[in-house]
Amino acid sequence: MTADFLLSLAQAITKGLLTGMVYGLMALGLSVIFGVMRVVNFAHGELMVVGMYLAWMGFEYLQVSPMLSLPVIAAVFFVAGYALQRTVISPFIGRPEHQQFLLLLAIAILLVNACLAIAGPDSRGVQLESQFDSYELGPLVFDAVRLHAALTAVVIAALLWLFFTRTRIGKSIRAAADNHMGALVVGLDVRRLYAFTFGVGAACVGAAGALMITIIPVTPFLAAEYTLLAFVIVIVGGLGSMTGALLGGLLIGVSEAVAGLLLQPSLKSMVSFGILILVLLLRPQGLMGKRGQ
Amino acid sequence: MSLLHRLTDGVPLRALWGLGLLLAALLVAPAFLGKYGLSVLILVLYFAYVGQAWNIMMGFAGQLSLGHALYAGLGGYIAAGLFFHYGVGPWLGLFAAVAAAAAAGAVVGYLGFRFSLAGVYFALLTIAFSEFTRIAFDHWGWVGGSGGLFLKVDATADWLNLRGGPVLFYYVILALAVGAFILCRALLESRLGRYWLAIREDAEAAQAVGVPVFRCKMIAVVISAALTAVAGVWNAFYYNNLFPETAFAMGRSIEFTLAPIIGGLGTLFGPIVGAVVLTGLGEIFTDLSELFHISGIKQIFYGLALLIIVMYRPAGVWPWIADRFGFGEKRR
Repeated sequence: MTADFLLSLAQAITKGLLTGMVYGLMALGLSVIFGVMRVVNFAHGELMVVGMYLAWMGFEYLQVSPMLSLPVIAAVFFVAGYALQRTVISPFIGRPEHQQFLLLLAIAILLVNACLAIAGPDSRGVQLESQFDSYELGPLVFDAVRLHAALTAVVIAALLWLFFTRTRIGKSIRAAADNHMGALVVGLDVRRLYAFTFGVGAACVGAAGALMITIIPVTPFLAAEYTLLAFVIVIVGGLGSMTGALLGGLLIGVSEAVAGLLLQPSLKSMVSFGILILVLLLRPQGLMGKRGQ
Repeated sequence: MSLLHRLTDGVPLRALWGLGLLLAALLVAPAFLGKYGLSVLILVLYFAYVGQAWNIMMGFAGQLSLGHALYAGLGGYIAAGLFFHYGVGPWLGLFAAVAAAAAAGAVVGYLGFRFSLAGVYFALLTIAFSEFTRIAFDHWGWVGGSGGLFLKVDATADWLNLRGGPVLFYYVILALAVGAFILCRALLESRLGRYWLAIREDAEAAQAVGVPVFRCKMIAVVISAALTAVAGVWNAFYYNNLFPETAFAMGRSIEFTLAPIIGGLGTLFGPIVGAVVLTGLGEIFTDLSELFHISGIKQIFYGLALLIIVMYRPAGVWPWIADRFGFGEKRR
């Protein structure tokens, strides 16, 4: 092993960790939604892609950097998620999985084709001024955009953690997730909490989309890929666990980057699916999940 | 009781007459339908057949598979590859295709059931295997890699090599659809079928009263995979091309699940009614979307239709029709 190889490996791992933070934020949204209301959001990647398109539009037509439009997109996603849960998804809570699956599949088809109808099939990216900037730490080089995106994702995840541990509504949501009946008995408005949760989950993935557009350009066809990716990450990390989602994001980010270096870039998701199969068989509750959940 | 007697036992006479008339109409249909009409009917029968196969696993035994493209893709690739490279005819290749898909089903099933994965977790395992195989085939030269595998188009009817025009493929898929329908009826009426329903409703209770749960689930996945592989072989020879990107796509797996879910999970007519509804809607939307010049508009119509159906008829269209018109087949 030459020093050159080790350096490029370290470089790939760094890149994977940075992208992995954004993956983690995306998966966090899925994990929160499932953890609280046991609904599997099969439209998650589609939401991500919508977030990416909104950030792209803000940049293209209003000249607003995705980092600045991020709070607006998160807010819009929160409201849209809240409304979607209140109107369409709410009756499906507790229904058989295949019915939820079909419902969210229909929503996914609508979302991704709305993107296609509005923005077309071409890939759309943003050209930031910091595109070619980088920071150096010893021999390692950090892309500026990737680093900014990763740091922002960490900040948002920290805010989310504060929300769930320090605020009254965050604690109520966790209570409703732990014990649905108990939450009803003590008088929590569980239906409103569920809508709030879907809003929070959607805001996470919308923010992740705004960050992701600074790293790679978007096409409607990315949506299904991201849905699968988000699933792989939360299962690997532990469905319903917040730290698990972030850890899974980092792991998958690194495995993709390293597989891209050692094998071929087109084989990278094969490694992710391999990891998924191993985790499902050896530790189905995920790396950070508790048994019996 | 004779087999025929057992299959028709308890079915009202008018339902049998109805079925007979339907079959007769389907048998003579190619004489009256144009090229377009025939191609639509072929699609309906194809989705009815694969829907029936998928329904065995989910509708009967309650195991959600979202990776059935794996079995269809394997089947299609093996039969087409043998034909392409060695000139082995599809009827012979079918055995290899079915064996491979059944083995793949057994592996997925064994791992999933042995490690007691249920619901979404099991569904993800099936997706993971299907995606894994897709990427592997993308990089495998023998099957043409991501460039695809192409069979020579030959319109002279040759039953032995399954080469010919749409009419030949129509009768093959009709025979398959009828066969799968009868097989499913027989399975449902058998002890195995009752075990499946017990497992679907409550696996723990079934285990407690002595149903061999693991073995029954394994049989379900193997039968379902084998039947799906036959559809894959038919599909490969009908379209004459195979790409990993489509053959193993998650979209393909989802396509297989739609007809039974829309039609009515766990019913015999559900997959058929669902296939009629979905293919019909698809054709209508294709025409409709030509009025607009917006990309993706057809899929938007389609998504809206799915949304409306699942919101207002979550148990499927067929149980509702059957109830309304007193055909009596309910989800069991």
